[in-house]
Amino acid sequence: MPDRILSCSAALAEALNEEMTRDPSVFIIGEDIKAHAGIFGQFKGIPENFPDRIIDTPISESAIAGVGLGAALTGLRPVVDLHFSDFVTCCMDELVNQTAKIRFMLGGQVRVPLVVWCPDGAGLRAAAQHSQSLEAWFVHTPGLKVVIPSEPADVKGLIKAAIRDDDPVMFFQHKKLFAKEGPVPRGDYVIELGQAAVKRPGNDATLIGYGSGFYLCREAALQLSEMEIDAEVIDLRTLKPLDMTTVAESIKKTRRAVIVHEACRTGGFGAELAARIQEELFDYLAAPVKRVAARDVPMPFSPPLEDYVLPKVADVIAAVREVRTRK
Amino acid sequence: MALNIDDYLTVYRTMVTIRQFETLAGELFAAGKIPGFIHLSLGQEGSAVGVCSCLRKDDYLTTTHRGHGHMIAKGADLKKMVAELFGKKTGYCKGKGGSMHIADFSLGILGANGVVAGGVPIIAGAGFSIKMRQTDQVAVCFFGDGAANRGPVHEVMNLAAIWKLPIVFVVENNQFASTTPHREACAVEDISLRAKGYSMPGMTVDGNDLLQVRNAAETAVVRARKGEGPSLIENKTYRIRGHFEGDPQKYRRPAEVAMWEDKNDPIARFSHFLTQEKILTENIKEEVWREVAAELSEAVTFADQSPFPEPEEALEDLLTS
Repeated sequence: MPDRILSCSAALAEALNEEMTRDPSVFIIGEDIKAHAGIFGQFKGIPENFPDRIIDTPISESAIAGVGLGAALTGLRPVVDLHFSDFVTCCMDELVNQTAKIRFMLGGQVRVPLVVWCPDGAGLRAAAQHSQSLEAWFVHTPGLKVVIPSEPADVKGLIKAAIRDDDPVMFFQHKKLFAKEGPVPRGDYVIELGQAAVKRPGNDATLIGYGSGFYLCREAALQLSEMEIDAEVIDLRTLKPLDMTTVAESIKKTRRAVIVHEACRTGGFGAELAARIQEELFDYLAAPVKRVAARDVPMPFSPPLEDYVLPKVADVIAAVREVRTRK
Repeated sequence: MALNIDDYLTVYRTMVTIRQFETLAGELFAAGKIPGFIHLSLGQEGSAVGVCSCLRKDDYLTTTHRGHGHMIAKGADLKKMVAELFGKKTGYCKGKGGSMHIADFSLGILGANGVVAGGVPIIAGAGFSIKMRQTDQVAVCFFGDGAANRGPVHEVMNLAAIWKLPIVFVVENNQFASTTPHREACAVEDISLRAKGYSMPGMTVDGNDLLQVRNAAETAVVRARKGEGPSLIENKTYRIRGHFEGDPQKYRRPAEVAMWEDKNDPIARFSHFLTQEKILTENIKEEVWREVAAELSEAVTFADQSPFPEPEEALEDLLTS
């Protein structure tokens, strides 16, 4: 059967419906998720199909994350919806001190099959407390896996893998991408965590992105091709574990790399990836690795301000041209 | 569940085990055998045993940085406990957790916790899970008067009440949050008063009176097991040792500590009751203390003779895949 065209929202809802049918221990818990099937419609069909397994809570993030962890420790597979990724700060102890560490701290006695689902990202004029991309915090925390899909098929395949995984997974989906459409395989489509995808082959430079950064890379590659620059585009999809093999194969071919993410530059995931590339692939590089990222300020509200702070396709093109000038 | 003579003696023996374990842990720490730092629960045995003696093996428990007593009261293995305190490979957590992170999932002990109130949100999940799996287990959460002032406790008590989760919240008010006296840190004298705000039963009991603690715990456990919702029990007790071993304790007078130790010791009080009831004789008492000492000495030998983990084991047990 051919793939259908679905939005990222619909792909997520389809995957969750399938996983909840397959495994009665899966449930979803969070704020305001039942009345409208999630504030972005991301849980469509679930309130009707599984009324007892989609749970509305008071605005109590510590308790919500605690329910996720405690339930994961005692036989269930929770999907915790944090409403906006920015609110991880309200349950940072439960995520970082408890969830990430409990298996290790207790000598491997337990498994923690927990998914923390976080809508993140800017561009909706939502200002500084509803627009962040905080993935680097969790990449920096041993004991968590970090997944960030971009296209609808990735959303479906990765959420299924995350739910079936016996370790805690931070799953970030960009708010502005919920309506993005693309082909999605029918049935039990699972993408193993830790596998990047080469989404456009090319020889002249490697563009590495994830989430909204992937779309900047893809658009930049399209425009670069008109300038006769043939860029390869890698969508990382999982930041931890990181698929360094796919990154290395590409850079050995192109000898040039540009990393693109929407999170602010300093201490962002690009810094880690750039460090890994220079440590492991220095001899292959023809130019320094460039990063394209948001500027280092909280996200401002007014459209011209927000647009100025966010990375753009033109920034990616400029970075590629810069790494290309080095021989 | 009324206690028979054997039960009374088991309860007594468990209190004595905690007393001797904690005393020995203090000595071993002073002797440099235990790395890091430890928090002892001497003087709080009535609370741990009073509550845990009402529980089944499959009931869940989360505890605190001062959790040795709760672990022992729920049936933890002394050898694995001492080995963990020593940082040995044979310890409960293979030396990765230490005093503040002991757990035994086979006994429903979901862990001690290094973060004040850290175990409280976890118990919400255990309670929710019991409800969703439709079992008749109960989830018990020990925390201190210090933890009672943290936000997550408020969130979880409210959640437990609206969902009628089978949880027993046990606040051990041992009068001090680290160096800060309870009266300086809390707007109410009795923390159990807060239960009213969560529409759950709240009881303050003399935490050094084992029978009072047991009565309150029994009521709360039965209520939880019947699916009628959570309760809050405040066990008023007193921390005989410092916050941690080595605490200079400038925040209180030695005479105050001595008064509690001499006049309000939970084991002496229970022992007096058992003697009056003609359940405990001097002979039995001696036998219990001797047997517990022997058991602990075996545990220390086991821990002593156990190997340390290989350094590279530090990289194991992080993820399942």
